[in-house]
Amino acid sequence: MKPAPSRVLALMRKEFLQIGRDPSALAIAFVMPMILLLLFGYGVSLDARNVRLAIVVERPDALTAEFTAEFDHSAYFRARRFLDIQQAERAMATDKVDGIIWLRADFTRRFDAGAGAPIGVIINGVDANTARIVEGYVQQVWAGWLAARAHAAGRGPQPSLAVTAEVRFNRSVSSRNFLIPGLIAMIMTLTGALLTALVIAREWERGTMEALMVTRVRIREILLAKLVPYFVLGMGGMAMSVALAVYLFGVPLRGGIAVLAATSALFMLAALGMGLLISGVARNQFVAGQIAIIATFLPAFLLSGFVFDIESMPAVVRLITHVVAARYFVAILQSLFLAGDIWPVILPNAAALALMAAIFLGLARATARKRLD
Amino acid sequence: MPAAADRGPALRLEGVRRAFRAGGRVVTALDGIDAVAARGDVIGLIGPDGAGKTTLMRLIAGLLRLDAGRIEVLGIEVARDPLAVQARLGYMPQRFGLYEDLSVGENLDLYADLQDVPRASRPDRYAQLLTMTGLGPFRSRIAGQLSGGMKQKLGLACTLIRPPEVLLLDEPTVGVDPVSRRELWQIIGHLTRDNGTTVLFSTAYLDEAERCDTVLLIHEGRLLGHGSPGAFTAEMAGRSYFATAAIGRRLLQARLAAAPGVIDAVIQAGHVRVVAESTAPLDAATLVAGAPDLRLAPTAPRFEDAFVARLRPASAGRRAAAQAASPAPTSASPPAPAGGAVIEVTHLTRRFGAFTAVKDVNFAVAGGEIFGLLGANGAGKSTTFRMLCGLLPPSSGGLRVAGFDLRTAAAPARGRIGYMAQKFSLYADLSVRHNLRFFSSVYGLAGAAQRRRIEWAVAEFELASMLDATARDLPLGFKQRLALACALMHEPRILFLDEPTSGVDPLARREFWRRINGLAAAGVTVLVTTHFMEEAEYCDRLAIMAQGEILVEGTPDAIKRAAVRADRPDPTMEDAFIAVVEAATAAAAAGAAA
Repeated sequence: MKPAPSRVLALMRKEFLQIGRDPSALAIAFVMPMILLLLFGYGVSLDARNVRLAIVVERPDALTAEFTAEFDHSAYFRARRFLDIQQAERAMATDKVDGIIWLRADFTRRFDAGAGAPIGVIINGVDANTARIVEGYVQQVWAGWLAARAHAAGRGPQPSLAVTAEVRFNRSVSSRNFLIPGLIAMIMTLTGALLTALVIAREWERGTMEALMVTRVRIREILLAKLVPYFVLGMGGMAMSVALAVYLFGVPLRGGIAVLAATSALFMLAALGMGLLISGVARNQFVAGQIAIIATFLPAFLLSGFVFDIESMPAVVRLITHVVAARYFVAILQSLFLAGDIWPVILPNAAALALMAAIFLGLARATARKRLD
Repeated sequence: MPAAADRGPALRLEGVRRAFRAGGRVVTALDGIDAVAARGDVIGLIGPDGAGKTTLMRLIAGLLRLDAGRIEVLGIEVARDPLAVQARLGYMPQRFGLYEDLSVGENLDLYADLQDVPRASRPDRYAQLLTMTGLGPFRSRIAGQLSGGMKQKLGLACTLIRPPEVLLLDEPTVGVDPVSRRELWQIIGHLTRDNGTTVLFSTAYLDEAERCDTVLLIHEGRLLGHGSPGAFTAEMAGRSYFATAAIGRRLLQARLAAAPGVIDAVIQAGHVRVVAESTAPLDAATLVAGAPDLRLAPTAPRFEDAFVARLRPASAGRRAAAQAASPAPTSASPPAPAGGAVIEVTHLTRRFGAFTAVKDVNFAVAGGEIFGLLGANGAGKSTTFRMLCGLLPPSSGGLRVAGFDLRTAAAPARGRIGYMAQKFSLYADLSVRHNLRFFSSVYGLAGAAQRRRIEWAVAEFELASMLDATARDLPLGFKQRLALACALMHEPRILFLDEPTSGVDPLARREFWRRINGLAAAGVTVLVTTHFMEEAEYCDRLAIMAQGEILVEGTPDAIKRAAVRADRPDPTMEDAFIAVVEAATAAAAAGAAA
């Protein structure tokens, strides 16, 4: 027997009425993404700014003053002068500074001699990520200073020292532009899975599912009627998140809206499918929430390449990332936001999403029974 | 109607068996149920909580698989074609299966769509159902804001939206006030009479059996009896008496319960109801010692007598042991001086936002008295209780327990209170021994005193055989005994019991009340809430609560006497309850009109 449209429509209407009356679904679809976006957009940054730097100059002179002034003028550093390296190291040990720039007594002499002036750079490696960024910045300052000096001296740029760095795709080198597209994938994972898993668990808790099951309704009608309203809601949350990203955080959106909408729809289906699958096992909202977070959000957070680079993971973990739907969506979003419609990236990832959506929805349908056991 | 064409009874159960896996254990919920029910009958599925009633309902509705056996509904085997059965069946699960965010009308629309009720026939059907349930004026009200009784009727209306041939109602009267209960039975009478609907009605209230055509009596997953309620009571003919004597009915009841040839003795209607082992007449002169004026008046048997008679043989051993410990479990401390009020409640009010849960409640309980709070779910009993235990501050009003003002000295007052919560609130993962040890330590007992008290509890509540069993695995009656033992560890002078007997079988209930009577005799003041009307009669005094207010307070006899009318010379407690609630509703309506 085919699904009866009247029954599916009746269930969908009920779902929308409930969404309107009980704000918890709206909170998951709109308020939670907004809070996460604001939190990550404003609060979390992988950029090193205001790095506390100790500068030790053993024999100050005009040259060292000129060089260290570069750090004072940089937006990335907050420089403090120390008289000797021991003091600076103590400051680092007590976490008062993040790095030390150490110009030894022979700095100016060796520089003038053209013998290659050594700069001691000591970086607090506790936070490896920041450490690498600081290291890079210091080198940039050094290279920039050299180039400026050479230019001022009228000698023209020295090819052997010239560093030509060009940043592509994220020209302002803001980690926000890279994080927010990934974050949208996280949010959509959570909304999609949590929304369906929770509302179905709620029906179990309140005993309404039991009442539904004894009516003429078919199980696939129940699933369809859950899928459509929460798809609409999830896509609404998605649209809001994209709007916040572009208009509030100024993240560029270089790809086409239609491509974004189509790939988001695929991902949303996969997330909702996971939610439906969870709802088959979890019959109360607490358990459903726990499973949704552990089985969907955490893997998406850790294994999607959103923060942690997949390429640098061990081979086994890299293999596991292939079953995390968010991984494909993160790749698509980062490319759509920062690069544009790069088809060689979008097409294979979209195909993977379609496959995962089909698998999750198929499993949800196959395991759902019009029975309590 | 298609029903006329096919053959077969409304319901046929053959060797129905179903077990569940809970943790590592297998629990047999139903074991070998055989029964046949005729079309158009009201079939009562009767047994205490945990008997297997809901499992049987779900099996019949095709929501669970059978382990063994066969179920046919209207001649269709459920396991083979659940959809065909579901198309002709109406099922109202516990808690009514309503969408509480939707209005009355929206719930009806939803179920009408799900049951493929043609649009053209809906206005008539809705009008009919709304009239029948009295929900007409509330069509746009959100279901969650309806009272328990109205929810029950809306649930029923949704189930009936497409007239089912077989209607399954799973404990529709639990937590519903007696007035709504009575109205539900009127609707059921209507359905079977006018539409020929077969109704399967599950309940833990034994008194509802007498309204059914056939009764399936189940207990611990087994069928104890199957037949008309008349047949059940007929076999008890000549075995029931009302006993009276000058020694006071509570003492008389304790002695009669232990007397030879007596299988049951409970307080009812101002007398002690006695059920004899056989039809051989009881000799009033020699039955109990110390009551030479004992008179026994034969009375008509009731359904509960038959249930108790059937349960007794299985638990004869336990009973002998229980009665050896009679008459009274005593607490070591001397009785409190009688007369003075131990619990005093004056103008007690509790508001939650705009909602007033308890409104201007006044009562006083004397030492050694058993005081009952009677009311449906949501009447304000539990809120009152929590305030009395110092767990919830009152919005206004005075509360004195054991001479302490609960607003200023909650801690010392609590030290004198024993509290047994409605739900099993012991540590389910601990053994009986560890629970006793834990609760006695919590109450400050240690060393020899603690050992003595635990020994007392083990002997008094007959827990020795189960000392090392995990509390979770105990039978319900045992759990309840353990809970009471834990509440009594610190020898409280006041005992608060919140719905202590819900879900336990009639025998365990009797045993429980025997202990409570013993405690009261030893001077312990007992405050108990219940929704079992007949239990109200075991109290010295009681208050009937509805919507946060005390409607009437007095002895059970006085409350019943006030309900006497020409057409109702001997009202039951339920009659009295309904009369009181109806009078209050009428007064409120008159007040609103004026």
